[in-house]
Amino acid sequence: MAEVQEERIEVAALKGEYQFGFHDPDHSVFRARKGLNREIVEQISEMKGEPEWMRDIRLKALEIFLAKPTPTWGGNVAEIDFDNIYYYVKPADREGRTWDDVPEDIKKTFDRLGIPEAEKKFLAGVGAQYDSEVVYHSLKEDLQKLGVIFVSPDQALQEYPDLMREYFGTVIPSEDNKFAALNTAVWSGGSFIYVPPGVKVDVPLQAYFRINSEDMGQFERTMIIVDEGAEVHYVEGCTAPTYSSESLHSAVVEIICKPGSRVRYTTIQNWADNVYNLVTKRAVAYENATMEWVDGNLGSKLTMKYPSVYLLGEGAHGEILSIAFAGKGQHQDAGGKIVHGRANTSSLITSKSISKDGGRSSYRGLIKVADGARGVRSKVVCDALILDPESRSDTYPVMEVDEADVSIAHEASVSRIQEEQLFYLMSRGLSETEASTMIVNGFIEPLVKELPMEYAVEMNRLIELQMEGSVG
Amino acid sequence: MGTDLVIRNLQVSVDDKPILRGINLDIKQGEIHALMGPNGSGKSTLANALMGHPKYRIDAGEVTLGGENLLELEANERAQKGMFLAFQYPTTIPGVTLASFLRSAVSAVRRARSSEPKATADNGVKKQNLIPMREFRKEITQKMKDLGVDQSFARRYLNEGFSGGEKKRVEILQLAMLEPKIAILDETDSGLDIDALRTVAEGISLLVGPDLGVLLITHYQRLLDYIKPHFVHILMDGKIVESGGPELAKTLEARGYEWVREKYAEPVAELAGS
Repeated sequence: MAEVQEERIEVAALKGEYQFGFHDPDHSVFRARKGLNREIVEQISEMKGEPEWMRDIRLKALEIFLAKPTPTWGGNVAEIDFDNIYYYVKPADREGRTWDDVPEDIKKTFDRLGIPEAEKKFLAGVGAQYDSEVVYHSLKEDLQKLGVIFVSPDQALQEYPDLMREYFGTVIPSEDNKFAALNTAVWSGGSFIYVPPGVKVDVPLQAYFRINSEDMGQFERTMIIVDEGAEVHYVEGCTAPTYSSESLHSAVVEIICKPGSRVRYTTIQNWADNVYNLVTKRAVAYENATMEWVDGNLGSKLTMKYPSVYLLGEGAHGEILSIAFAGKGQHQDAGGKIVHGRANTSSLITSKSISKDGGRSSYRGLIKVADGARGVRSKVVCDALILDPESRSDTYPVMEVDEADVSIAHEASVSRIQEEQLFYLMSRGLSETEASTMIVNGFIEPLVKELPMEYAVEMNRLIELQMEGSVG
Repeated sequence: MGTDLVIRNLQVSVDDKPILRGINLDIKQGEIHALMGPNGSGKSTLANALMGHPKYRIDAGEVTLGGENLLELEANERAQKGMFLAFQYPTTIPGVTLASFLRSAVSAVRRARSSEPKATADNGVKKQNLIPMREFRKEITQKMKDLGVDQSFARRYLNEGFSGGEKKRVEILQLAMLEPKIAILDETDSGLDIDALRTVAEGISLLVGPDLGVLLITHYQRLLDYIKPHFVHILMDGKIVESGGPELAKTLEARGYEWVREKYAEPVAELAGS
């Protein structure tokens, strides 16, 4: 556990940079300490130099967080001791860790994925800086020419306050759930993206580029606003195992898809196995807009995440592709929600989950069709692969359909690796592990196909490592 | 010096039920043996047991390949040593393309057969040793052309949506790529119409030669019109009851299995006192 350190910080949130050095005598020394109260929230807001309206939103959210009870459904969050957590952690706080402290299996994964030296250290929580600034800057220039905004929300608050104020909390209000309230109170970092009408961004925007200029995404707040007819693909996270000194991660992602826009949000999450990853992700899609969530959950001790799409305009389409891999000691409670608020909207949820070595993966989903939403077409496919008798998979699909003139389908399957498949592959010279891995990779192929190439390759390699882990 | 498959007194059971009751058979590289017999005689059991299917229990007997004990080895090791089985009902592997599957399989087999030490990275982590893509693509494209398998199959998921004939042809393609010493073809002709049979047979013809020993398991004689066997054996109730040359197959075709049954039926136990 990191010790409480006295820190002298210069308020540099304006540039999204972090500067070491002595503080400006006008600013007080900030001591990183555990627990959450008004004082800490006020300090966070002050350090970031935020306008009053944001500070007020934070404080109101804090009240809501403290008042709401901890949920008893889903995973076991009862173990979280809210008083024993740092709610604001700057990169320098992680400096106490050395390369020797990093667990062997994480080091091995880095090698297998071919991660360069500098990246390894950063991801493992060793060293505060990772210089991705060069890559990021040239991309920034190209985007600026198109009128695309891609900055941190901290920066957006300073540079585009009106835009922020218009949309912040409109998709996920603080009252939504306890962890959305928590995030609203202590959010820091994330991405703020705005794409002007008709602009199609053809290169995926990746959070990874900016990761060194923020903390490790503990309470990220991401907002993506895509104007009429525009297109963008955003990629969050990375497949490499990511260390975090803090065990509670509660992010919020709000996405607005204006008429005719196309948005895809891809996540591959591989948090270290001490992390509680409780995320609220929601998009609203207007007339003829398309929203796609591609959600890969490999890491963390417990993930509770149900990306949603609210279809609020005719002709809108929502898709959720979800993969969850639960290994030893892990619980992936994933799925998705689609709300059909208007007629002639369509949706597709494809969920693939794998459980191994006693892991537990669940699909939790909701398809809701409002009264009057005629001509709705929706399909849910959830497939579970359970690799051994110790592991577990559950499905909690809910359909709330208040309109008769619709077409709703649900298919579910549970399977093991079949002996015949294993024998067939082994008879071609593959070892049992190689054959099992091939079958598991084939199982998730429909989703992996949708990932950018490098992620697909890394994903397959990670599955390999997970599969090898059980043998010897 | 050829690699021979030598089977001595092989006894195999499934679910505690004895199926093979003492098989003796020698297959040399370069020889083509046909194994025929009525349904339930144990033909597929022999094929799968030789390849190492876990469901089949070896109760007694010995099988060696090139003098080495085969029964101690797992299925993948047997493949690496040079055994191949073309399945009667090839399984579907969803999400895995024919090309990526074959690249892994061929790499695994060639890696095992080569005398090079296995590569490991500096920290002891095993490296993925796949045949370079370019080299592999060239080879598979040529072999697919030779065997009449359409190039589009490379990108299709293994056996998913393939017709009976297509599956059998893909089995033969795998045989061509893996270059075994002994190949067992388990009723490769079953379920095929005349044209499909001819295409598959032509493919097999391209591959037979002095380096390949073949055990052709077949129910009907027609495949043997295309692939002339050196030896024909008849399997009945788990034992090889007759062996001969190619004319034995013609006799079966003409007379059916009844005469074999009558010739080798177990004598009815005599009643005491008669």
